[in-house]
Amino acid sequence: MLVVFNIIRIHNLISNTPTFIERGTVNVEYARALQQALSVNLTQVATIVIVGVGMTLVVATGGIDLSVGAVMAIAGQIAPLIFLGPIADRFGMGVANFLALTVPIAVAAGFGLMNGLMVTKLRFQPIIATLVVFIGGRGIAQVLTNGYLQPFKNPSFQYIALGRPLGIPTQVYIMFAVVLLALFLVRRTAFGRYVLAIGGNERAARLAGVPVGRVKTLVYVISGALAGIAGLIVVAINAASDANLNGMNMELDAIAATAVGGTPLTGGHANIVGTLLGALLIQLVRYSLISIGVPYEFALVVNAFIILLAVYFQRQRAA
Amino acid sequence: MTAPAKEQQAKRPGRDLLRYGLLGGQSRLVFLILIGVFALGSIVFGSTFYGAYNLKTMLVYNSMFAFMALGVTFVIITGGIDLSISSVAVLSSMLAAWFSRFGLLPALFLTVLIATLIGLFNGWMVGKLGIQPFIATLITFMAARGLALIAPKIFAIYLPALFPNVPIEFWNANVADYSIGIDRTKNFQSITGEIWGIPIPIIMIVVAYAIGAIVLGYSRFGRHTLAVGGNEEASRLMGLPVVRIKMAVYAISGGMAGLAGVILASRSGTALPTEAVGWELQAISAVVVGGTLLTGGQGSVVATLFGVLLLGLVFNILNFINAGGFSLTVYWQSVVRGVFLFLVVLLQSPWSTHRNRPSRNSQRPGSVSHGNSPNASGS
Repeated sequence: MLVVFNIIRIHNLISNTPTFIERGTVNVEYARALQQALSVNLTQVATIVIVGVGMTLVVATGGIDLSVGAVMAIAGQIAPLIFLGPIADRFGMGVANFLALTVPIAVAAGFGLMNGLMVTKLRFQPIIATLVVFIGGRGIAQVLTNGYLQPFKNPSFQYIALGRPLGIPTQVYIMFAVVLLALFLVRRTAFGRYVLAIGGNERAARLAGVPVGRVKTLVYVISGALAGIAGLIVVAINAASDANLNGMNMELDAIAATAVGGTPLTGGHANIVGTLLGALLIQLVRYSLISIGVPYEFALVVNAFIILLAVYFQRQRAA
Repeated sequence: MTAPAKEQQAKRPGRDLLRYGLLGGQSRLVFLILIGVFALGSIVFGSTFYGAYNLKTMLVYNSMFAFMALGVTFVIITGGIDLSISSVAVLSSMLAAWFSRFGLLPALFLTVLIATLIGLFNGWMVGKLGIQPFIATLITFMAARGLALIAPKIFAIYLPALFPNVPIEFWNANVADYSIGIDRTKNFQSITGEIWGIPIPIIMIVVAYAIGAIVLGYSRFGRHTLAVGGNEEASRLMGLPVVRIKMAVYAISGGMAGLAGVILASRSGTALPTEAVGWELQAISAVVVGGTLLTGGQGSVVATLFGVLLLGLVFNILNFINAGGFSLTVYWQSVVRGVFLFLVVLLQSPWSTHRNRPSRNSQRPGSVSHGNSPNASGS
């Protein structure tokens, strides 16, 4: 149902795109408009999908991760610090860029590890554990540069967002790679089975010998690392790191995409493809409403009701 | 303590009021921390800290969080969550500003009514449609913020276009800076005024929490709320109106957010749709700091008040540190707040896991049946 809806949306979108003049007569224009609309949407949606996949895994264990937006801000803030700082002068730009792409993701994974340890070792409720990082994390990101914007121009770093191999933005490849990897994890590995088992019935999973603590911790680490990747992409798109805005409300977008995609927040199921489609749906609705001149605020309201409808129908199908 | 002695206790209504309404077991710890933090602040900063002016300002500011936290405590006790309160509060502040031309009481009544209806909609989604609370209130969170953002346009452009006969002055909204001004010729802003030197929001908070504590500890509704949170399936089988209780708690939460919105509008003098961002998590963390578990089934209203006061005091002290020459930027403040939340939850976690859990299992059946037996015989 969602797929059909998406296709209709893309179609409407194209008929509303100004560059397209006469549909049907000029097929090249049509194709270009389609490609443009798709590329705009995929570019925008990639970060939501990347974070949403991590969220889906966390939600599948029965947890939730509110910290992703803050972790994005931290990762996004660290990268320019590395390639704008002394490391670039000392060891050259290549090393700096390599570090700028790896260190922030490692730090983000570290925050994920912190979330995971709070949930498993200290037995905080997931929503509280990640709320701690949500509140404190953005502060840490802002403290790193005292809240200032870091503008930069670094084409090789920005390739992760502005590169166009085969005409498709790099982050779309990253997005699909993350989705495929997560699909493989959930469907083909023992780890995926463990995730679903823990979400389904944690006690039973523990009694069956599932290493519950380790699996749960790892799931938060994955979510943190993916948030880190998304944070880097946002920074690369904007050519500036803004700790105040990077990843703002991302946790809500990601959770909405997860829920719309058919992963129940109670855990035990992980619908990775659903999350991809859910994020696309949310993004397409937003984009098409804005492109036909509906004010952003009203698009927010409509978006809310689309989510309501999607979640409602999901629930009906499940019941 | 032996099990029969505990059951004996659970059957004494005064004990129950203490346990659920006034001083839940874990709230004693928060109370001690609260006293400690206050004493520390008073010693370090002197009378500028414990003086009436600072306390009044601090309490009036935190009264908004207190209202939202009170409402969301009821929701959390049923095992749900309400993310929409910040958006509802900001939408209410826009509405209250617009209604301010009718005077304080009509504005208050209309705003809280609309906010309660929004809360009722949340409850309907959760109770009737069976959508998970997090998602249901996330939907309202988005929609209410969108409506708040668009409200100036609605009043300034759409409604005048819809009703061309009404004089344009009636709609009176400023679309240029996205705000709705308050009619200062009316008495609307007297809600943040003072009676006998005590700010009205503080009096409202005391009254609201007293009512909340009595409702949760003594009333049939309060006991039902605790029962639904403790075991929803069992409550349903016992014949409790689970759907109606859920709708009621979300309606309370919405109404309380509406009250917070009225105070927000009155305090700032102009209603802006960009206010109150992130307040829902602040209110929820106040509830958690108070010691109410997000799993539902237990919780205390007064503990929530302690939580609000504690977070408010810490925030206040951070401001004092900043003003005292040691530059602690607003960014460091949020780091410190995160660490503080972590510490308080950490302090409570052995408390709630080791001391509370065994006693909860032996207590709850007794106290729930106590809550129902008088009702069953009465009806």
